[in-house]
Amino acid sequence: MLIYFLQRFVSLSLSLLAASLVIFLLIEVVPGDPARFMMGLSATPEAIAVIREQLGLDLPAWQRYFTWLFGMLQGDFGISYTYKVPVTDLIADRVWISLPLAIYALVLSTAIAFPVGIIAAARRNSPADAGIMGLTQLGIAVPNFWFAMLLVLAFAITLRWFSAGGFPGWDAGIFAAMKALTLPAIALALPQASILARVMRSSLLDTLSEDYIRTARAKGLTRSQVLWRHALRNALIPVLTIIGLQFSFLLAGAIIIENVFYLPGLGRLVFQGITQRDLIVVKSVVMLLVFAVIVVTFIVDMAYALADPRLRKGRT
Amino acid sequence: MSDISVAAERDDNLWAAALQSRSFVIGVLLTIVFVIAALVSFFWTPFDVEELAISSKLLAPSSTNWFGTDHFGRDIFSMLMVGARTSIAVAFVAVGIGIGLGVPLGLTAASWRGSLLDEMIMRGNDLVFAFPALLIAIMITAVFGPGAVNAIIAIGIFNIPVFARLARGAALSLWTREFVLAARVAGKGAVRISVEHILPNILNLLIVQGTIQFSLGILAEAALSYVGLGAQPPTPSWGRMLSEAQTMISLAPHMALFPGLAIVFTVLGLNLMGDGLRDVFDPKTRRSRT
Repeated sequence: MLIYFLQRFVSLSLSLLAASLVIFLLIEVVPGDPARFMMGLSATPEAIAVIREQLGLDLPAWQRYFTWLFGMLQGDFGISYTYKVPVTDLIADRVWISLPLAIYALVLSTAIAFPVGIIAAARRNSPADAGIMGLTQLGIAVPNFWFAMLLVLAFAITLRWFSAGGFPGWDAGIFAAMKALTLPAIALALPQASILARVMRSSLLDTLSEDYIRTARAKGLTRSQVLWRHALRNALIPVLTIIGLQFSFLLAGAIIIENVFYLPGLGRLVFQGITQRDLIVVKSVVMLLVFAVIVVTFIVDMAYALADPRLRKGRT
Repeated sequence: MSDISVAAERDDNLWAAALQSRSFVIGVLLTIVFVIAALVSFFWTPFDVEELAISSKLLAPSSTNWFGTDHFGRDIFSMLMVGARTSIAVAFVAVGIGIGLGVPLGLTAASWRGSLLDEMIMRGNDLVFAFPALLIAIMITAVFGPGAVNAIIAIGIFNIPVFARLARGAALSLWTREFVLAARVAGKGAVRISVEHILPNILNLLIVQGTIQFSLGILAEAALSYVGLGAQPPTPSWGRMLSEAQTMISLAPHMALFPGLAIVFTVLGLNLMGDGLRDVFDPKTRRSRT
C-alpha cells in the first residue's frame, strides 16, 4: 500500500509540475505587455520600465517560472497587476463563494441522482424507468447557463422567491448567503445529476446481474432486500468515481454560472483577469483549479485502494 | 456466397436493427432537422439576419416572425438557422481534430504498447484530462483572442485524449487476435497492421464516440459564445443569442427560449443517435443496459 501511495504521489507531483508548465507557457505567449496595460497609453517608457522591474517582468522566462512556482508552494501567488493586492488575498475572498457553490451543487446532484437512479434500476423497463431515462437524456442536453436563465425567469422575475443575482456575503447570515447560492447550485447540479443517475442505474443493473445476487435471491431474500443489502454497496464504486470527476466539472461550470448570477467567485475573477490582462491572476486561479482537480482524483484513487486491495495492482 | 453479399447482408441487418431502435430514429430525425436548417440557411432564410429593423424589435412570436424578433428587430428563426451553421461547423471540425490526432496517437501507443512512447502518450492524455476542459478553452480563447477558429482549437484539443484513449484501449485487445497475428506472420509492419486491420475494426466505436463528442462540442461552443469568447458578431451563434437575451429576459423571454431549445434538441438528437448506434453496433450492451 505504501509503495502504491508513493507511486501515485510521484505521479501526482509530476502532473502538477507539467500542468504548471503548460499554464505558464500558455500565458507567456499572450500578446501585450501587462506593464503597458497597467500604466495606460500615456505612460512614459521609463515608467513602464520601472513597473516591469517591480513586477519582475524584466527577468528571463525560466526565472519568472521558478519564482512563480516556488512562490505558490509557499502560498504566495504574486501581486495582482490591476488590484495591486496579493493574488492570495483575492483568491481567499472568492473561494468562499466558488467552493460552497460547488459543494452545494454536488450535494444536490447526489441527493437527486441516488433515489432516481435506484428507482430506475429497481423498476427496470417500467414506465417509471423509461420516464426517468428520458428526463436524464434531456438533463444532459440542457446547457446549464440556459437552465440558469430559465430559473431566474421563473423564480426570481416571475415568482420573486429569489434574487436574480449577486451575493450578500456570508456576513449577511448563512441563510441569506445560501439562498443566493440556491439557484446557481440547482443550475449546476441538473446536468450532473442526470449523468450521475444514469451511472447509478447502470452500475446497479450490472451488480444485480452478478452471481452472488442470484445466490442471495435463491436463499430467500426479497428483491428489495437484495437491492439494499447487497447490490447498492457494490454498485457505489463507479458512482463514487463519477462524483470525484464531477467536482472538476462543477468548478469549471461554476465559471459560467457565476457570470449568469453575477456571483463574485473565482470564475468572475478569471474573467476579469482576462479582460483586464491581469495574467498573474488568470494563471494562478487556473493553476489552483487544476490543483484541486488533480488532488481530488488522487484522493478518490487512494480511497479505492483502501477499500479494494485488488485495485492496488494493475494500475499505474 | 461471395464476400460482398455477406457484407451487404450484414449491413441490411444493421439497418434493420437501427430502424427498430426508437432512440436512434428520433435522434437521427432531430439531427437531420438541424443539418437541413443549417444547409438551407446558405440559400434562404425567412429574413435577412444582418438587416436591423428597430421598428419591429422584440416582437413576440407570430405568423410572420415564427419565433419573434430580437432587440435589433432581427428574426430569431432566421438567426437560429444561420446559428446552426456555426454550431455544427465548430463541433464538426473540433471532433475532426480529436479523431485526426487522437486516433493515430492511440494506435501508435497500442502498436508499441509498454514502450516509453506509449507511456508518454498516455501521460500526456492524463494531463489534458486533468484540466477542466471549459476552463482551458476559456484560457486559450482569452490568450489567442475570441473567435470561432480559436474556439474550435480549444474544443478540439480536449477531443484528442478522448479518442486516443478509446483507440488505444480497443486496439490493445485487437492486437492479441489471430487475424492480427496472421498479418504479422505475413510480414506486415505495425503501421500497416494498424491502418489495414485495427482501424476498420474500431470504426464503430469511433463513430459512436464521435456523435457524443459532437454533442459536447455544440454545448461547449454555446458556452464559449455565451461568455463572448466564441464566434464574433455579426456571425449569429446560439450561445451569443442567449447572452444577448439575458438582459432582456423579463421583457422578451422568447429571445432566451428558442436558442436554448435549439441547443437542447440538437444535443438530445446527437446523444440519442449515439446511444442508438452503440446498441446497434454492440448488441451485448443492448441486452445488459436496457
